[in-house]
Amino acid sequence: MKKILLTLLFILFGTTTYADGHCSKPSGSINILANDFPALRTFVETAKGCKGSADFKVTHSSEHNKIAVPALTANPSEFSARIAANSSIVPLMNQDLIRPMDDLVKKYGKGIQDSQLITIDGKVMAVAFMANTQHLYYREDVLKELGIPVPKTYEEVVAASEKIRASGKMQHPYAAAYKAGWNLAEEFVNMFIGHGGEFFKAGTAEPNINNAKGVATLNMLKKLASLSNPDYLTHDSEAIKVEWESGKVALMTLWASRSGTLLDDEGDAKITAATKLTGPATVGGGNIPAATLWWDGFTLAKNRSDSDAEASFIALAHAASNKKMVADAADQAVWLVEGFVPGPKSIGVIEAVKMGAKPYPMLPQMGLMHGALGSEIVEFLQGKESAEQALKDVEAAYISKAKEQGFL
Amino acid sequence: MPNKTFFWFFLPTGLAMILFIGLPIISTGIQSFYAQHDQVVKEVKKCDPFGCTVSIVVDQEATSVIRDERPLGKFNGLGTYVDRNHLAIEQISEFWDETDTFGDFIDQVTNLPFYKALLFTLTYCLFVTPNVLLLGFIIALSLNAISRKIRGPLIFGTILPMIVTPLVGSLVLFWMIDAEGIIGANLQLIMEDPYLSLKSSRTLTWITIIIYGVWHHSPFAFVVFYAALQTVPQEPVEAAIIDGASRYQRIRHIVLPHIYPVVTFVALISLMDNFRVFEPIIGFSAEGSAQSLSWLIYDNLVNEEVILFGSAAATSMMTIIGIAILLAPVLIRTWKEFRTAR
Repeated sequence: MKKILLTLLFILFGTTTYADGHCSKPSGSINILANDFPALRTFVETAKGCKGSADFKVTHSSEHNKIAVPALTANPSEFSARIAANSSIVPLMNQDLIRPMDDLVKKYGKGIQDSQLITIDGKVMAVAFMANTQHLYYREDVLKELGIPVPKTYEEVVAASEKIRASGKMQHPYAAAYKAGWNLAEEFVNMFIGHGGEFFKAGTAEPNINNAKGVATLNMLKKLASLSNPDYLTHDSEAIKVEWESGKVALMTLWASRSGTLLDDEGDAKITAATKLTGPATVGGGNIPAATLWWDGFTLAKNRSDSDAEASFIALAHAASNKKMVADAADQAVWLVEGFVPGPKSIGVIEAVKMGAKPYPMLPQMGLMHGALGSEIVEFLQGKESAEQALKDVEAAYISKAKEQGFL
Repeated sequence: MPNKTFFWFFLPTGLAMILFIGLPIISTGIQSFYAQHDQVVKEVKKCDPFGCTVSIVVDQEATSVIRDERPLGKFNGLGTYVDRNHLAIEQISEFWDETDTFGDFIDQVTNLPFYKALLFTLTYCLFVTPNVLLLGFIIALSLNAISRKIRGPLIFGTILPMIVTPLVGSLVLFWMIDAEGIIGANLQLIMEDPYLSLKSSRTLTWITIIIYGVWHHSPFAFVVFYAALQTVPQEPVEAAIIDGASRYQRIRHIVLPHIYPVVTFVALISLMDNFRVFEPIIGFSAEGSAQSLSWLIYDNLVNEEVILFGSAAATSMMTIIGIAILLAPVLIRTWKEFRTAR
C-alpha cells in the first residue's frame, strides 16, 4: 500500500531531468489501434509529431476490443501497435500477439520512467501512460441544500439518494453505467472487490463468487439500481453523462477519464459549477474502495516486422515521455508521465490510490468471468430470480466457457 | 428448359454458393466439434504502475508446441453442443429430477441461455410472421383499391420502413420509448407511474421488439402481394360481382387462391428472416431482456475478451437446423404441389 502510494507520488512529482520530447525520426510504417476518448486522441496526436519519414495511420474505435485479436493474429498484422488496458492486454497475451520491448526501451526509452513499464515475467510487455478508475461525482448544491455530507461509503450513497428522492427534488438521484453486458459486469467487479471478494479459488481457475460476499454485492447493486433511472439496464457511460448534464442526477459513479467532458464549457453552467469529484466509495464496512484501478498503455504487435515495431516504439515513446503533452492536456487524464501536475479533475484516481484500490485482475480467464457476469445477473436486478440463483448461473455459465477454452 | 442449358445457367451461381455459403458452413461445422487445448499456465511476477503481484499467465512456449501439433484444437465431439450454454442435456435431466411441478421445470429450463434465446426467437417468429402476412395483404388490398393518382406517393410511404436501415429504425424507436423520450414519458403520465419503463420490463421489451419487427417487415410482404394482385384476372372478378358476391367473398374465393403461391413464398422468406432476428436487439440495447440465437453467436464472438469459436459455431449449426425444421412443413407442401402440377 505504502509502496503504491510512493510509486504514485514518484510518478507524479518525479524530478529526473531528461530532455523533453526527444525524437529519433523513425522510418517504416506505423499503424495504431486505440480506444476513442479525448486523452487517447491527444496521446496519438503527440506520437504523430514524431513520425519522422514513417507512414503514420491510426484507428480510434470504441469497438477496439472486437477488432484487436483478429487484426493482430494476421501475419503480417494490420496494426503495428495497440493501445491497451489491464483487461484488454490479457487476450493479446493469451494468444501471444504482442512482443516484449526490453531492447527498445533500453535504446529509445530514455524519458520513460520505470514505474510506467508493465513487466510480465521480467519482460516489458507494455508502457503505461495514464491511469483511470471509476469514482463518485456529486452535485454540491443539492447535497448542501439538503444538509447531506459527501458520501464515503455506498451505504451513505443509498441513504443520501433516498433523502434526495424523499425531498422531491429528483426522482432518480443516482446513476452508474449499468448497461447489461460489459458495463454491468464492471460494476459487479468493483463492488465485489470492495467487499473483499476473490473471483477465483486461490491458484486455480475455479469460480468463487457464489458466497456471502457475492450476495452482498448483488444486493447493493440492486439497491443502487432502484434509485436510478428505470432504464438503467440500457445506460452506458455516455448515457449517464447525458443524464447528469440534464440535471436529473445528484450522485454518480463514472470513469475518471470522462470528467473532462463533464466539466467543460458545454452544457448548463450552473450544473457544471456544482459538479464535484471525490474518491470512490467503500462498501460493507471494508476499507478498500469498491473500484478498480486501470492503466492505459501501448503494446507492439508480434506479427509485424522489427523495423515497424521500432518505428512505432519511437513515436509512441515520444508521447509517453512528453512533458509538454501532459502540461497542455493536464485535465484530460491522470497521466503517468513524468512532469504531470495533478489538477482538480485527477482527485478521483489519486484518492483511489491513496485508499488502496486494487487494479483490475489481469488473469487469463478473467474475461470469461466478466462476460458471464454481464448477462447472468440481469434477471436478479429485474427481480426475476434470487441472488443465489443468479450467482449459481454465473458460475455455471463461466464453467462451460472456461472448459471450452481449456482453463478447467 | 433442357437440363443441360439449366446446368450452364446455374453454374456461376452454384459455384458462388458453394464458395461463399457451402464451404463456410462446412468449416463452421468442423469448428463446432473442437474446443481449445488445455491451457498451460505458469506463475509469474507482474508489475504495473500500481505495484507488483504474483499471478498466472498462459505459458506461450508450451502452448505453441501443442498448437502447432494440432492447430484445430482439442477434439470435443458433441461436447460443446450438450454443455450448459447450449443444449444443456445434463442440467435439464437434473431439473427434471429436482423440480416438483412442470411450471417450475419450464422456469428452470428457460433460465438456460440457449433455451432463453430459443424461446424469444420462436415467440418473435410466431407473432411477427403471421402479422406481417396479414398486414402486408391488407395494405396491398387497400392500396390496390384507391385512385391511381395518389397511389405512387402512398406506395413510397408504405415501403419506407423497409428502406430505413434496421439499426437506425430501431434506434429511433429506442429513443422514443426511453423514460425521458416522447412515448416513454407520456406512458408514465398516462399510467401515473414514474417508475414505468418499457425498457426494463421483459414483457414490454418483447412487445416493443415484436411491434418493431412487424413494422419493419410488412412492406416486404406488401410489395410482393401488391405485384401479385396486378396479375389477378379481371373476368372472374367481374363475373363474381354480377353473381352478387360480396367483397369478402371475392377475396376469399378468387384473389387468395390466385396469389396463394406468393403467400407461401413470403411466409418462407419472413420465417427465415425472423428466425435470425438480431438488429433490433442491438438497436434497443435489449440484451438484458431479450436474446435471440443470432445474438448468442454475436455475444460469443465479440462480447467476451476471449473469442469462443466453438460455442459460436455450435450455435450457428443449431440455428441452421432450426430454420430447416421450421421450413420443412412449407417446403414439403410446396414440393408435393410441384409434383402434382407436373
